[in-house]
Amino acid sequence: MRRGISAVAMAAAIVLGVTACGGGSGSSKSDSGKAKDPASVSGTITYWDTSDAKNEAPTYQALVKDFEAKYPKIKVNYQNVDFGTVEQKFKAAAQSGKGAPDVVRTDVGLIPEYASLHYIAPLDGTSALQDTGDFMSGPMNTTKYDGKTYGVPSVTDTLGLLYNKEIFAKAGISSPPKTWDELIADSATIKQKVPGVAGTYVNPDSYFLFPVLFGEGADLADPAAKKVTVNSPEAVKAVTEAKKIYDTSSLKVDFASAYDNMQTSFKTGKVAMLVQGPWSVGDDLTGSAFQGAKESNLGYAPVPAGSSGKALAPTGGHDLAVYQGSKNLDAAYLFTQFMTSSSSQQQIALKNGTLPTRTSAYTPEVLKNGTIAGFKPIMDTARPRVALPQVGSLFTPLQQQYIKILQGQTSVQAGLDAAAKEFGKLLPGYTVQ
Amino acid sequence: MTTATMDEPARDAKAPGPRGSQRRGTTPLQSLRRSWDKHWYAWAMVAPVVIVIAVLVLYPLCYGLYLSFTNANERNVAQNIGPIHIGATYDFVGLHNYWQILSGRDGDFYPRLEWTVIWTVSCVALTYAIGLAMAMLLNRPVRFRLFYRLALILPWAVPAFIGVFAWRLMFNSQYGVFNDIITKVGLPAQDWLGTPFAQKIAVILVNIWCGVPFMMVALLGGLQAIPNELYEAAEMDGATPLQRFFNVTVPGLRPVTNTVILLSTVWTFNMFPIIYLLLGNNTTGDTDILVTHAYEMAFSGGAADYAGSATYGIVILMILVAFSTFYRRQLKTQD
Repeated sequence: MRRGISAVAMAAAIVLGVTACGGGSGSSKSDSGKAKDPASVSGTITYWDTSDAKNEAPTYQALVKDFEAKYPKIKVNYQNVDFGTVEQKFKAAAQSGKGAPDVVRTDVGLIPEYASLHYIAPLDGTSALQDTGDFMSGPMNTTKYDGKTYGVPSVTDTLGLLYNKEIFAKAGISSPPKTWDELIADSATIKQKVPGVAGTYVNPDSYFLFPVLFGEGADLADPAAKKVTVNSPEAVKAVTEAKKIYDTSSLKVDFASAYDNMQTSFKTGKVAMLVQGPWSVGDDLTGSAFQGAKESNLGYAPVPAGSSGKALAPTGGHDLAVYQGSKNLDAAYLFTQFMTSSSSQQQIALKNGTLPTRTSAYTPEVLKNGTIAGFKPIMDTARPRVALPQVGSLFTPLQQQYIKILQGQTSVQAGLDAAAKEFGKLLPGYTVQ
Repeated sequence: MTTATMDEPARDAKAPGPRGSQRRGTTPLQSLRRSWDKHWYAWAMVAPVVIVIAVLVLYPLCYGLYLSFTNANERNVAQNIGPIHIGATYDFVGLHNYWQILSGRDGDFYPRLEWTVIWTVSCVALTYAIGLAMAMLLNRPVRFRLFYRLALILPWAVPAFIGVFAWRLMFNSQYGVFNDIITKVGLPAQDWLGTPFAQKIAVILVNIWCGVPFMMVALLGGLQAIPNELYEAAEMDGATPLQRFFNVTVPGLRPVTNTVILLSTVWTFNMFPIIYLLLGNNTTGDTDILVTHAYEMAFSGGAADYAGSATYGIVILMILVAFSTFYRRQLKTQD
């Protein structure tokens, strides 16, 4: 029954190897994408957009129209796919080769997974990547896997500390907390001086644990040393701090509706500060605490720092990736180039308030947007997550243990040890302490 | 099917007696051909159903069974990426997956099984009890009986996921209607979905809400089929209402009871949406039943374990087949 490496697989490996050679150095093969005159490229491509269907999608649809006007021979089939289900849908379609899009908007965390499965094409030397020097280094790093570039940065984000200036003033706090300990102290002051308001709302989603982990110099795993580090002494210290914040400073967390309740509590002024991303600001501004003229009541700050003294948060955002099995790679590359160009990014930033990935797109006009102006300085604190293909699967065991720790069903050390053991199963060849 | 059964006696009647004895001496191939000649029409009629079942049920089942003997995961199955084809590189590992699960080495199977059994038994028992009580109430002549019947069937008419989301909103500890009500009355607000234990109670509650209408309708049908004379006779003999219930209603309902309990057990054992949708992603994993756990295995990003998940599927099937067989046999001996 053993299915050895068949001739087909060998052939595939060779094909992949050859395409791979085209990238990296950008040498002789690199001009295969450029060889064709862009105006002569024709055909139909499908684009899967994962932006918010109601608020953000119209901007992308308008850009698709502009693209079709610029390249009349190329037709783009625009499809909006829900962000929560796109990973499953794309993987199923990409694996069978049926119904997969040519270009897909991809969360930056998924690039290593798609690339390691050969679903997305390396883009070095193709027309998709233009003026790479213009891209900010944080977002650009998210597109790399195994030394090659598998995506083009479209929008970026990171976590920051959003706070309610009015509540801070009432409590007599002059500036947002710089460290997690200050956050705990400020929360105590707020609780005492502003009745009915809690300091923060801890989001039990393990992604929101990253700033605390990074602040102590901890991470999920160390790919260089092939070690699971989620139960390292630094990580234990970080999660102990997170638990302390949960116990002392947070409004009572409703685990089944954590995100919605967190948002509602913050935007109605029941919570003074939140660790959140720029995507949430649009929603915040609809709440009674920040509505209309009170927009300036919303304060932006970097996430608090840990004992390492550095404030760090994970780089998020979206890259555009090209399906390796696309029948119309040239058109797909051109489309990717167009959508990530500086002028397209400016248009997206102006309409949607998301952060561009090109430095040239931060024009004075773009910087007038409150969210972008607020988050631009915070982007300096962003750092990449571990680029592991299995990183998506690591969140589930970490999340389960994190919730057990928060609910007090297990100790920090025991919970992280259990998570590390699960990580060991998911990361072959990694040592677990 | 009806045509076939009618066809058979008609032809048999024409065929003389000795032919039957002749048939016994023929080879299986000949008897097969004769059966084809005789019943081809029936075969043609059932063919579409057989094909559909084969495609939708048998093929996935056999493929799942096959995968459960391998170490297939998303990194080694065959890929058809446009013009690029990568062959499958997974190996046949025999009963390894089953051994991992049944020996308890994967650390998840027995805790999940324990909760699945508790979940199934409590849901079925409570759903049946409440369904029976409601059916009895609605079986007597009351005013607006039709209205009550329709109103009580309503949860069944609502798609499960909508019902589940409505419950999730009501259970919300900060903005839910349950806490609004009890705090108005002066009681402290509750964290309805706050701990795994509370979550387990909540999912059982919601599942009962979803399952009661079916029980009620089925049992109401059963109650109406019990002849009134039996009750009258029992009353004449001086039986108390309780005695009438245990000696007339319960035995009279037995055929319906047997079927609905079997069906409801199988459904509840594999009730995916309620647990998955009511509790969301922020769970400790303690509330997962076998199917939701198998789903997590097959769809976790970057390390999806198709073989392990398929093995869970087959083990679940085995458990349910064993249960059904045992249950049927038990019923036969009772009769």
